[in-house]
Amino acid sequence: MKLQFTLNGERLELDVEPLRRLLDVVRDDLALTGTKEGCGEGECGACSVLVDGVVVNSCLVPASQVDGCEVVTIEGAGFERVRQCFLEQGAAQCGICTPGMIVMTRAWAERCRREGREPGLDDARTALAGNLCRCTGYGAILRAALDAAKERP
Amino acid sequence: MTPEVTVARSLDEALAALARDGAAAHVLAGGTDLMVELRTGRTRPERVVDVWKVGELRGVREENEGLRLGALSTCAELLRDSRVASHAPLLVAACREVGAEQIQARATLGGNLGTASPAADLNPALVALGARVRLRSRRGAREVAVDEFLCGYRKTLRERDELIESVLVPTRPAHERQLWRKVGTRRAQSISKLTVAVALAFEGACVSAVRAAAGSVGPRTLRLATLERELVGRPLSPALCRSAAAACARADITPIDDVRSTALYRRHAFARVLATLLAEPDGVPACPPS
Repeated sequence: MKLQFTLNGERLELDVEPLRRLLDVVRDDLALTGTKEGCGEGECGACSVLVDGVVVNSCLVPASQVDGCEVVTIEGAGFERVRQCFLEQGAAQCGICTPGMIVMTRAWAERCRREGREPGLDDARTALAGNLCRCTGYGAILRAALDAAKERP
Repeated sequence: MTPEVTVARSLDEALAALARDGAAAHVLAGGTDLMVELRTGRTRPERVVDVWKVGELRGVREENEGLRLGALSTCAELLRDSRVASHAPLLVAACREVGAEQIQARATLGGNLGTASPAADLNPALVALGARVRLRSRRGAREVAVDEFLCGYRKTLRERDELIESVLVPTRPAHERQLWRKVGTRRAQSISKLTVAVALAFEGACVSAVRAAAGSVGPRTLRLATLERELVGRPLSPALCRSAAAACARADITPIDDVRSTALYRRHAFARVLATLLAEPDGVPACPPS
């Protein structure tokens, strides 16, 4: 099918199989390898991307369902501050989960700001519950997420 | 083999695709189940009908008989809707424990029903609420109680040309307590070892009506008939909570050993969890939308 969508602000038109995973479109067809494949079955969140502002596992999203949508991957704009918080906290070990963690942290931090909610640790844990870190470096990741949500632009 | 895919843009297009001769089509909604099945090759459909962009299957509306939920309602949408929160806090509680945010954004009511996994978390909630599923085909529409619709292990009463259009959650009685509990390995992102959902209506101190269902403790979502029989017409004393839960765990469920748990653990935990749950004075709070 002809797939039209916006990726990181750029309008694209591709010819793809409708059930091709968004993850494969991004990584293999468009060579944006920042998005990682972990489990490939929606458990680990390593492949998290934003579709129309909502965080999804790109391994579960068929290309047909992003037709006309706005997709943002870790290579897109707007992740700088969250990335800096992760750097300062040393919130990465092997790094496979890091792009997904940053994508989810950004969505959560923006939601806290939008709703005027004071970001807390329990809330951060719930928000990041679908992102697994196989190095179990959650302490630093949660500190980085809280830093990102507390910082004012 | 790559399946032939129809990306439906309207209900008519989806129903036309399902009505075509040849191999029966698999319906694709949020993809949380089918996309994994396709990748691993566990399911090799010849045809797939993608209904994600069918607007007629979305949205929540109030009707005379209750609240009608579109089949494509995602867990995230149900969690945000204040009408669902006040009408069916049990369903909201179940939605909150499905996967985590990424899955909640995609997993749908219709997908839970259509896949009919015994571990689907929304199905016991729907059975306890006495919900009815509306099926539509080019031949017309019909409504079936969710309890009957889920007729076996990953089996439903859906005919091959039918699409799950919506679910009706009937208007609630005045004095009702809704109860929900899921047991998994961790709070989020775990497939259930067991789930239990109960809706209790009261007249004075006595239970006047009860519907209860459980997941992951049998080949399909199970209605808990013994529990319902034991409770109705009686005041909900601590002793009754324990004895009814124990009788229910003996008679109503048929758990097995599998990758997630054992039959022994499930039966034991089920009785304890259910007894504790029944004794909770307030049930699931009618929570504000998150």
